[in-house]
Amino acid sequence: MSWRSILVVWRKEFLENLRDRRTVWAALFFGPLLGPVLFAGMMNFAMSRDEAVQNDPLSIAVAHGERAPNLLRFLNSRGIDIEHHAYDDAAARNAVSTKRHKLVLLVPEDYARRLRDAEPASLFLYVDQSVQLTGRDATRRVRDTLEDYGRGIAQGRLILRGVSPVALAPLVTQTVDVSTPVSRAALVLGLLSYFVILAMLMGGLNLAIDSTAGERERGSLEALLTTPLERAHILYGKILATCTYMLLSLVLTVTACAITSQFIGFERQGMSANLGPGAMLAIVCCVAPLIPAGAGLMTIVASFTRSFREAQSYVSIVIMIPALPLAFVNLLELQRTLPLMAVPSLSQHFLMTSVLRGEWPTATEVVLSVGTSLLLGAALAWIAGRLYEREAILG
Amino acid sequence: MIEARGLGKSFGAVRAVHEVSFVAADGRITALLGPNGAGKSTTLRMLCTVLRPDTGAALIDGAIVADDPLAARRHIGVLSHSSGLYPHLTARENIAYFGELHGMTRHASRARADELLGRLELGDCADRRAKGFSQGQKLKTALARALVHEPRNLVLDEPTNGLDVMAVRSLRKLLVELRDAGHCILFSTHVMQEVSALCDDVVVIARGTVVARGAPEALRASTGLAGLEDAFVQLIGSAGSA
Repeated sequence: MSWRSILVVWRKEFLENLRDRRTVWAALFFGPLLGPVLFAGMMNFAMSRDEAVQNDPLSIAVAHGERAPNLLRFLNSRGIDIEHHAYDDAAARNAVSTKRHKLVLLVPEDYARRLRDAEPASLFLYVDQSVQLTGRDATRRVRDTLEDYGRGIAQGRLILRGVSPVALAPLVTQTVDVSTPVSRAALVLGLLSYFVILAMLMGGLNLAIDSTAGERERGSLEALLTTPLERAHILYGKILATCTYMLLSLVLTVTACAITSQFIGFERQGMSANLGPGAMLAIVCCVAPLIPAGAGLMTIVASFTRSFREAQSYVSIVIMIPALPLAFVNLLELQRTLPLMAVPSLSQHFLMTSVLRGEWPTATEVVLSVGTSLLLGAALAWIAGRLYEREAILG
Repeated sequence: MIEARGLGKSFGAVRAVHEVSFVAADGRITALLGPNGAGKSTTLRMLCTVLRPDTGAALIDGAIVADDPLAARRHIGVLSHSSGLYPHLTARENIAYFGELHGMTRHASRARADELLGRLELGDCADRRAKGFSQGQKLKTALARALVHEPRNLVLDEPTNGLDVMAVRSLRKLLVELRDAGHCILFSTHVMQEVSALCDDVVVIARGTVVARGAPEALRASTGLAGLEDAFVQLIGSAGSA
């Protein structure tokens, strides 16, 4: 192995791509910044919406509220404002479907009589379930309030008949939440591992393509292959340069995450983010061993294609592969186990999440994750090197 | 010295080159003349170790290149079909990079690059990025890159493609200088004027095989035709009907 020639190729690729605006923007700006900023924006929006739904006064339209004055007083006491209307069934449907009101509560004519006679009394809540999450949240809040009101009436009836209301509640389940503010935040930040791994791969995308398909398209490959270097060594130098950009991209992405997480209102939700300098360093160290595998994979795919553009379209799809296991984590609700630590990209997700939760992974887990990822990277780099030795590489 | 001994190469069912033999001697300029698709580039690629021949052997200075391709590459400079410079590197960096790939130190390859830049009158391009170079500047830079390790043998694949008259003239001047310094120069072309203006020997190749070889004068004499172009057309035509 000639390390000197590998380093010569590495230095040239590193320098050349640093001067390529396209690579620099994708690897060192868009990838690392766009994900975390978008994520923080989305989270902030979702959280402030949640708070708004819980605390803001809700206003609903009530048709024929004069038939249920006690109910209206109860709704009022729970912070729900009433707008009075005299809709019948058709008018209520119309009012909701034309979006004049989000919710219409209709009190039927026989409501008071049925309530008096202790028969089940119907109430009609008109809602368009196809619009917006906010509509559904409002519906749930109104339904919960109505159930509370009904429960109060039921308890009153039991007491009148000399039965303790306790008889109706044979089970009382108390939920004891053992989560900490840090682990609650990790649930949200867990999504970040997807962004981090994807941004890291994107950091090497241009270079992986440039070193194979790009070099051939420019016509510089033939001259390069007439230098007294093993072809595989030339490619190892290029893969090393790809790895360098991916590492830069990773460090920048994690830093950007740490900074933007300051702007997510975790404290308002009783969470706090474990993203100090120590955790950042640990995350970089956990995820970095995946870099050679990603670089090798992208290089192999790019070396099969005939042009820069073709390579770009294939590689953009292929970088989804390392992100796939992360989708399964949520779908299958996978838990962190030792065998799963042998799956590259999945193990990085688990390590990263556990750091975010403030629990340090065991040495065995780290060794297994780092070992399997590096092994896969070495295997892919070797395959890429062999592919480069084919004559067909000239196209 | 560059020698082809019965070279043959197929790509799938297509027989690109078949039984190609010739010698390009030191201190002479040899042209590989043939129409498009005759197998010129494939032959050159085998000679400069980029492709492995199916049959026969390529020799550089008497050594079979397939036995030790890395050693053979130290003794040839190659100017491929397209100049293929790195657009984000300057002329000096493009040249010095190949010097380092040939095992020179960083310092030595920079010094050699400066020397070549001066010799090829590329001084004003030295610190400019190759992205905006003219065809002539690109070709000269690529030629300097091919010469960076001072090879005895030089292989050029259609070097005058896309060049204006002035650039062609300065290229010819340079090749003559290199020949007079004892280098072996082999280039492919389909342009007749190149051959008559420059070459000591001609190898005519058509349909993947050698149809004639010798000095330009000798070829004219053998076909009994006054013009080299007529001689060329007749030689290729006879290969076509064969």
